[in-house]
Amino acid sequence: MTMVFAGALSHAPGITGRAERADPGLKDAFRGHLGALRRALLESRPEALVVIAAEHFANFFMNNMPAFAMGMAPYYEGPIEDERWLAIRRTRIPGAPRLSRLLIEGLLGEIDLAYCEEWKFDHGIMVPLHFLTPDFQLPVIPVNINCQGPPLTPLARAWTFGEALRRALDALPERVAVVATGGLSHWPCTPESGKINVAFDREFLERWSRNDRAALLSYTDAQTYREAGQGGFEIRTFISLAAASGGSGHVWFYEPIPIYAVGCTVAVMEVQSRPQGSLNEARAAN
Amino acid sequence: MTLYYTQKLLYSLNRDPSVQAHFATDLPGLLSGFDLTDEERSAFLTRDVGLLYVLGVNGQLLMHYAALIGLAWDDYLEAMREGLRRHGPVRAGIYAMSAATP
Repeated sequence: MTMVFAGALSHAPGITGRAERADPGLKDAFRGHLGALRRALLESRPEALVVIAAEHFANFFMNNMPAFAMGMAPYYEGPIEDERWLAIRRTRIPGAPRLSRLLIEGLLGEIDLAYCEEWKFDHGIMVPLHFLTPDFQLPVIPVNINCQGPPLTPLARAWTFGEALRRALDALPERVAVVATGGLSHWPCTPESGKINVAFDREFLERWSRNDRAALLSYTDAQTYREAGQGGFEIRTFISLAAASGGSGHVWFYEPIPIYAVGCTVAVMEVQSRPQGSLNEARAAN
Repeated sequence: MTLYYTQKLLYSLNRDPSVQAHFATDLPGLLSGFDLTDEERSAFLTRDVGLLYVLGVNGQLLMHYAALIGLAWDDYLEAMREGLRRHGPVRAGIYAMSAATP
């Protein structure tokens, strides 16, 4: 059992860049829960942190868009955005190239993923790291799922990726934490920025918390776009985490904060010791 | 339809300081390197963020361009609304998806 932690959180740039424009009580409550998530992550004593993200054209573009990508670099840099705009200083974040390579080798048996020896983090990873590893010391292994440029990675493939990631992690002795980061419903950087479909979000988080594979995979992209905006496509990251952890989710905090343009979410998931995939693999090995 | 190259220009601009320098010193020269329509070129030359939105540029590219040319957040949102008023509904790209079949 080397997946030692499963967490999920929002990453909208407004969380840091427009921090003071939110209701102070909501902002402090959200940040309080992000602090609790940081402590829980550290208590799991991880040697590296896998971040399942939905980046926004910082590295991956429609000239060559991978359905899945994983970093294999000795270090990363971010944020790519203007430092003042995001209110996060540009810095270098250590990678875990040996671990990355082992995970990629494990995953390639099941998933055609791109590997990346260069990766500039945008707010989609920098905002989570800003709260979870504020000194940027914990080695990071970034993962990207195409949630931005259609045709998007199918939800069922996001689930399969999560299962494969878990199997690859289980094959390693190192202690690795995994966090997923994405918005639920939101219409970021459009004239509808600030709109949040609380009913959609709560329903999704219920399905996610009970780790209901069929219910999680039943969304169509057209339905998600209609009810949750193009930002809703980022539910893929939460779905991969559910598949990887195999356990129940616990939502510590969910509140719509319109000036942050997202329903701000902090959650953890129990890491089930023997997920179905590992059982099947063990049986096959025997 | 050259939305791809319009967005490619913004992608390059957002991540590459040398492209930003080219943008600042020789915008027509920078534009000549991309396969753009006259309307797309004019959207860059007149810094018309609203028109770029209507042409279908993804906001995840557009908001960084807006920051680069000095538009504050609220002014960026207003520029897109103004674009809709002046140029009509979004013509292509991900925001034209609302008409998609289920």
